[in-house]
Amino acid sequence: METTRKQPNYVMVWAGLAALTVVEVLVAFIAALPKEILIVILIGLAVWKALLVAMYYMHLRFEPRRLALMAASPLPLAAILVLAVLAERF
Amino acid sequence: MSHAGAVAVSARQPMPGMGVYNQKLGMWVFLLSEVMFFTSLIGSYIILRFAQPEAFAAPGEVLNVPLTALNTFILICSSVTMVKAFAAIELGNQKGLRLWLLATIALGTVFLSIQGIEYYKLAHEGFVPMAASYAAVGRDGVGPVLGAPVYGFTFYTMTGFHGAHVTIGVLCLLFTTWRAFRGAYTAESHGGVEIMGLYWHFVDLVWIILFTIVYLI
Repeated sequence: METTRKQPNYVMVWAGLAALTVVEVLVAFIAALPKEILIVILIGLAVWKALLVAMYYMHLRFEPRRLALMAASPLPLAAILVLAVLAERF
Repeated sequence: MSHAGAVAVSARQPMPGMGVYNQKLGMWVFLLSEVMFFTSLIGSYIILRFAQPEAFAAPGEVLNVPLTALNTFILICSSVTMVKAFAAIELGNQKGLRLWLLATIALGTVFLSIQGIEYYKLAHEGFVPMAASYAAVGRDGVGPVLGAPVYGFTFYTMTGFHGAHVTIGVLCLLFTTWRAFRGAYTAESHGGVEIMGLYWHFVDLVWIILFTIVYLI
């Protein structure tokens, strides 16, 4: 039994990851931005890069929906852990 | 994001429930446990950082961000070579598989070497786990950076565990490449390459998060 699928353009994904890394480093040293905004931007960029890797290099985008859901299952737990820790501060 | 290279994918007896073959499902379950492992490290880091904000130096003050940014780029490059190895064997390209796997090993080794150099330099400057002050002469002429031992401890724990994962990945890649040279993988049967790739990309993904949290924030 054979199925066909198209290979993603892996080099484009790589270029995107490299560009986002450069942006991250530049943003990190912009002194004018308040620390809180800087953290949100940097975390957002890191999550964006992580999603690119998971979706295209780990092929989650092309896997059965059930596997993608399973792969996402620890994320709410991870978020709860980190948010619970952050809540200690406020 | 797609191009014309359509490939024939042989179904490897997927599990009825999940729609993927057992070995791949097993690797995903393992990786999910790894997510929680690294989350616990990151969560602990956040607790300690908020508890003692004065103990952590500003980005670039102690840690060498340009060098680590280069290392991040190298690991990203190793991810693309790994996925190109997988793409090659999907098309039955044995030579491509071997070359891309060798490139991935080389890049992984370069990453570990740079991390070793970074550790050596930091230790030389006095930034070791449990040190009370760092860098007799800091980066950019900054003087000794005072802090609590927790900074060095968390830094080496997080990056050290990641480095251990990369080391294991390189060793597994050597085994995968050895098998590739023996012709163990074909266009119809290349689960070993795919599973190896999942692990390697996960290690890259973790570094992307660690780089931001440890070096840039």
